[in-house]
Amino acid sequence: MRVTFTVNGRRHEADDVWEGESLLYVLRERLGLPGSKNACEQGECGSCTVRLDGEPVCACLVAAGQAEGRDVVTVEGLAGYEAARAGTAPREVGTVQQAFLDAGAVQCGFCTPGLVVAADELIERNPAPSDADIREALSGNLCRCTGYEKILDAVRLAAGRAAAPEEVS
Amino acid sequence: MEFLRPRTWQEALAAKAEHPSAVPIAGGTDVMVEINFDHCRPTHLMDLGRVPELHEWEVGSATVRLGASVPYTKIIERLAPELPGLALASHTVGSPQIRNRGSVGGNLGAASPAGDAHPALLAAGAEVEAESVRGARRIPVEDFYTGVKRNALADDELIKYIHIARADGPQQFSKVGTRNAMVIAVCAFSLALHPARRTVRTGIGSAAPTPLRARAAEDFLTVALEEGGHWDSGRPLPPSAARRFAELCAAACDPIDDVRGSAAYRRRAVGVMARRTLGWTWESYRGEERSTRCA
Repeated sequence: MRVTFTVNGRRHEADDVWEGESLLYVLRERLGLPGSKNACEQGECGSCTVRLDGEPVCACLVAAGQAEGRDVVTVEGLAGYEAARAGTAPREVGTVQQAFLDAGAVQCGFCTPGLVVAADELIERNPAPSDADIREALSGNLCRCTGYEKILDAVRLAAGRAAAPEEVS
Repeated sequence: MEFLRPRTWQEALAAKAEHPSAVPIAGGTDVMVEINFDHCRPTHLMDLGRVPELHEWEVGSATVRLGASVPYTKIIERLAPELPGLALASHTVGSPQIRNRGSVGGNLGAASPAGDAHPALLAAGAEVEAESVRGARRIPVEDFYTGVKRNALADDELIKYIHIARADGPQQFSKVGTRNAMVIAVCAFSLALHPARRTVRTGIGSAAPTPLRARAAEDFLTVALEEGGHWDSGRPLPPSAARRFAELCAAACDPIDDVRGSAAYRRRAVGVMARRTLGWTWESYRGEERSTRCA
């Protein structure tokens, strides 16, 4: 079947999609967007987290046909998505991504795309998250390098920078 | 495989009548796992995501009519005052990503004994509204679960609404697992006080082939509260009565040994959760009574 939907602000058409295929497979294998990672395929790990009509979801648990006509944001479009909602010029990497780099929150990097999508949504919804808010928002994202402390540091850093954007060089 | 996209409830019912083996999919948090792991290859996958009624809820005077596909996140954010037990249970489902997609209709459709919504529905009191082209019917939730991952739905029926009694007193939900997030219940327990009718109801999850009420425990506690004049006095139950209630809840279980826990552990844990939730709800009831009397 054919599935037509918007990804990172651009309309995409995917053809010959198998009816049982996941949104994740379509993104990675048909649209050439491998940023969302494929790991557990059962919603346990959060590596495939994308925004579906604004909500963070596991792309592996969305049937491709369910995305028909919907709006998807993946990690590839995160910086642009942030710029669009802030009304600023797009940067190469978004606030959360830069904070992950600066805080050393990236080890093997496999969990990072899902974490930055989830963290960006948290900061959009709650500009001054408590540590408990951060832990809950990231509770569906596993890091098997177990670098959670640096990840929490990165989210706190990103929230602080988002609140005071002029301080970002 | 064929992908069906009904745009209306009538179209969905017609499609289910035409293809009784069609698997309905809403949030996909159960169905897609089955498909991803090749455990299930339905001839038809029917996306209910575009049927508006299923995503809506209506708060009535006595009940909440909950659309089958309303995601757990919405229940937590919008319905906690009316459905406190279900909101607590919803908060223990999976992760934010799962709660944004998963729904009570899906929990009922899957009918896993470990589904988090079941104990809360049993304790609050709920009816499942199922419909087919032949007509609609309401099934009391305790009659809905017929076996491990089996429910009372006919092949041509779909779940439209869940009618849940609005809380008339404190409700609690408790769940045992290895961590807070992303955990399938080892066992779970929910308790609802119903001061208006001076009764209590319970729900046990993951400790028997189906979710179930501990009826002997409910009857015991209802009588104990009434005979002791506790509803009027607000006095806490004597520890012996709380202990007896916990024993009866544990006795209602019919658990198995599996990878998540042993039968003996589940029975014991249900007793502990019963005693604790009784303490929490009664404290809350006393608090409310005090503030009502002072007002």
